[in-house]
Amino acid sequence: MAKIIVDGVEVDVPVEYTLLQAAEAAGAEIPRFCYHERLSIAGNCRMCLVEVKGAPKPVASCAWGVRDCRPGPNGEPPEISTKSPTVKKAREGVMEFLLINHPLDCPICDQGGQCDLQDQAMAYGVDTSRYHENKRAVADKYLGPLVRTSMNRCIHCTRCVRFTAEVAGVPDLGALWRGEDMEITSYLERALGSELQANVADLCPVGALTHKPESFHFRPWELTKTDSVDVMDAVGSAIRVDSRGREVMRILPRVNEAVNEEWITDKTRQIVDGLRLQRLDRPFVRENGRLRPATWQEAFATIASRVKGTDPKRVGAIVGDLAAVEEMYALKLLMESLGVTNIDARQDGSLLSPVYGRGSYIFNSTIAGIEDADAILTVGSNPRIEASLVNVRIRKRWRMAPPPIGMIGEHADLTYPYDYLGAGPETLAELAAGRHSFIEKLRAAERPLVIVGQGALSRPDGLAVLSAAAQLARDVGAVKDGWNGFSVLQTAASRVGALDLGLVPGEWGLNAQTMAQGEVDVLFNLGADEIDIAPGAFVIYQGTHGDRGAHRADVILPAATYTEKSGTYVNTEGRVQLANRAAFAPGEAREDWAILRALSDVLGHRLPFDSLNALRAKLYSHYPHFAAIDTIQPADGFAAIQALANIGGTLGREAFASPVKDFYLTNPIARASGVMAECSALARSLKLEAAE
Amino acid sequence: MAVRKLAPENMQPGSFVLSPETEAFADKEIAKYPPGRQASAVIALLTKAQEQAGGWLPRKAIEAVAAKLDMPDIRVMEVATFYTMFNLEPVGKYFIQFCGTTPCVLRGAGDIKRVLERRIGDQNHVTPDGTFSWLEVECLGACSNAPMVQINDDYYEDLTTENFETLLDDLAAGRPVHVGSQIGRNRSEPFEGVNTLLDPALYDGSVVGAWRKRFEEQAKAETGEAAAAVASVPQDGKAAKPPSGRATETDAADTPAKRAKEGERPISHTDQKEAADPSKATKVEPKEAGAQPAPQSGKSYVATPKKEGEAVPASPTTPEAGKPPSKAKGRRDGSESKPGVTVDKDNKSS
Repeated sequence: MAKIIVDGVEVDVPVEYTLLQAAEAAGAEIPRFCYHERLSIAGNCRMCLVEVKGAPKPVASCAWGVRDCRPGPNGEPPEISTKSPTVKKAREGVMEFLLINHPLDCPICDQGGQCDLQDQAMAYGVDTSRYHENKRAVADKYLGPLVRTSMNRCIHCTRCVRFTAEVAGVPDLGALWRGEDMEITSYLERALGSELQANVADLCPVGALTHKPESFHFRPWELTKTDSVDVMDAVGSAIRVDSRGREVMRILPRVNEAVNEEWITDKTRQIVDGLRLQRLDRPFVRENGRLRPATWQEAFATIASRVKGTDPKRVGAIVGDLAAVEEMYALKLLMESLGVTNIDARQDGSLLSPVYGRGSYIFNSTIAGIEDADAILTVGSNPRIEASLVNVRIRKRWRMAPPPIGMIGEHADLTYPYDYLGAGPETLAELAAGRHSFIEKLRAAERPLVIVGQGALSRPDGLAVLSAAAQLARDVGAVKDGWNGFSVLQTAASRVGALDLGLVPGEWGLNAQTMAQGEVDVLFNLGADEIDIAPGAFVIYQGTHGDRGAHRADVILPAATYTEKSGTYVNTEGRVQLANRAAFAPGEAREDWAILRALSDVLGHRLPFDSLNALRAKLYSHYPHFAAIDTIQPADGFAAIQALANIGGTLGREAFASPVKDFYLTNPIARASGVMAECSALARSLKLEAAE
Repeated sequence: MAVRKLAPENMQPGSFVLSPETEAFADKEIAKYPPGRQASAVIALLTKAQEQAGGWLPRKAIEAVAAKLDMPDIRVMEVATFYTMFNLEPVGKYFIQFCGTTPCVLRGAGDIKRVLERRIGDQNHVTPDGTFSWLEVECLGACSNAPMVQINDDYYEDLTTENFETLLDDLAAGRPVHVGSQIGRNRSEPFEGVNTLLDPALYDGSVVGAWRKRFEEQAKAETGEAAAAVASVPQDGKAAKPPSGRATETDAADTPAKRAKEGERPISHTDQKEAADPSKATKVEPKEAGAQPAPQSGKSYVATPKKEGEAVPASPTTPEAGKPPSKAKGRRDGSESKPGVTVDKDNKSS
């Protein structure tokens, strides 16, 4: 720790702090454009100038360390001034230079109202220009379907270049030419090839990079902001949903150090148009092979007539990937009251189950804990497409000091180098038996991390693979006091919550695959669109989009998406998070728990709650950990890993394959989105190009 | 700086493969850096690739270098576009880099430029036969032999329109040309013959210590203060910095005196006689009696009236005593170009 005086306030800060950080610790605000706390320091905008006592000129505080400051003549702490007239004048000079070539097009610029340059020009700008020469003009660049460019506005902070190179790990952007002619572009103006590319537009302090799909649609001050969580993958990124009237206009990341830092994937962000396209806005009933619009009463009556005459053993329920804990709980209670044990939330055929303990299906190390791991092995997972922000953490860990990283599964570009160990279970068996050289690296590690993905578990021998991975983790000491390095990476936002609720087949119950193959007569489908249901059964689909599930349905109950209801989601770490309602569901669509409550009344098994609060009170009394929002209930790692290791079983021979075939089209909302379709097509063409 | 751009698609070759020679060079360069830091060799490799590709860097060459160094294409492109020494468009067989910086311009580079424009055309433009192209560059560091151009790897100095035309004719016709000065000067020596530093004693070691010796002799003759001053001078000369381990004195292989000794150039008799005077290490002309130094002024430049009483015309921006510069008549504040706009020069209203 070092003492430093900022504007007369003495603060004690770590020596590795920069002056900018020290000033913030002292409560002084420093304007900046190029500096970003999650990117490397560039020091090229010069806006953060401060005066250091004893230095002949103002210094860039973002690039000047506290340890670089000299003490005063009598050993006084170094002193800096952030508000002196010299500093103000220096910053005004910098601002004048920045504005020399910046166009005055704020009225037509999408960044207006959320622009760093605009805000700081209010503080440091001058009202006239002394510049009589020609302004520079730069051709706009094509950077793909998500980022619109207006390069005249660029002030060359290089945040976008640093983000793509450092965080996204896809060095697509660069600064060509030099001096006044410098231009930010991708190589030959190719589209950016990252699943995190839209973050560059968030980072851009001016309007040079803006979001293409939402450009010219709104002004930021027109929007109502709602804090929420993302459900596109099981990471549960913190997001802010901005809506205008009934319509969600955009989704932005929120800072959550434990989960997504401040990045979100393109799927999370640009799914917005999918929220209004192909929506189910009224109930439908199938008559003579065709779906026709119906009233809620008709729909409920149709369901009641079918359910009442059916043996509970021939009734089943499948829960999809986007369901919140509330409706799953309501469905569970309804099915229990009907005497149904055929209930399953694992439409992908995964064999994870709560019987082995909570530690057997959550990401025990936590996402932030990846930074502490000193050897990483992924089994049957491509974290880059299954949980991009987990991959970002692993990359962050790799950038700190490369740990040994091993991978068993499909070859993939994970943006960092890794040891490719093998494709399938036989490599895992070899490793567990200690016949593979990588085992030494895992054994040598203090905090080894074994990540098991759904690609290894959603297969007939899934349990055996899980058991083998658990044995391996136990043998290399991945589970010990203060460290649990056995982590299961989920891909569905609803999955951990469903497993917490015990939404797996009860005694003699059928699993999702069996139910879908026609072993039941009445199937209640709560938003499961990734499973093919064989003809025969009477299917009740409660969901949001006219996707696969709705096409196969006999009765459609229109429901609300995650932005249209207040719902609890549990991410892959087991972290309970609350999504808030930002808009209302379209037409006659209702919140899911309310639909189930109304249906239960018609079926004669009225659920014991009349409001969301009553439902939650009941839920919390059964499952108290759901009440602890934003925290993780720690799982008993030793018991879970022991239970898993004891399962045993025979490993198959088939290679692991990631369950996510197309990153951009993993759920009904994404499949309804035109932007996602464009991204998907582009990603496929890039892949073809790369394969050539 | 000239506007640079990538060569259009129809000029780009379809493929580019590093030749075995370039590969060998690349491996040698990469070996200079620690493993994993091979990207440090990028400038060397680009230079070599440019040589192989005929003086410019096609896109495929940039990609080949990127592949060789395991770098993303954009990173290599950044380097190639940053340095003006990398040509991104085709150049002529003889690529002329014409120095257009002040010393050359003062010595007549403008005429050379007109020759280039007349014979070759605009900058960055290759003659139809592919022989020549030219580019104006900043100082190439041969100012003493200005004006000059660099053609491919060689300097051609002391140009005049005539000898430059001849040079271009010779190059175009494939005749041998003389590299360096075009007027027969040796390097940057005075072209009319050597006339300074001619004393052979300067080079035989005899003057080393002569100054101190003379000083001591004088001190011996005097007493008191001067003797004390001598005593305070450290007797053992101490090096200002520790020895670097290299030989500090080397024989100059080719000095004017050596050539003079060999009778290559005549040295005037009077010079020789004066230089041979052992009593003087340096020759000092006696000052003219009564010569006064020019009157000193605090200003670096003072306009002198040509005639008595003739006032210097004041520039509009000349500051007047007792008046802040912002009140000066000729000060521009942007309002000139905006009729009807009044500018609050003192910024009083805010």
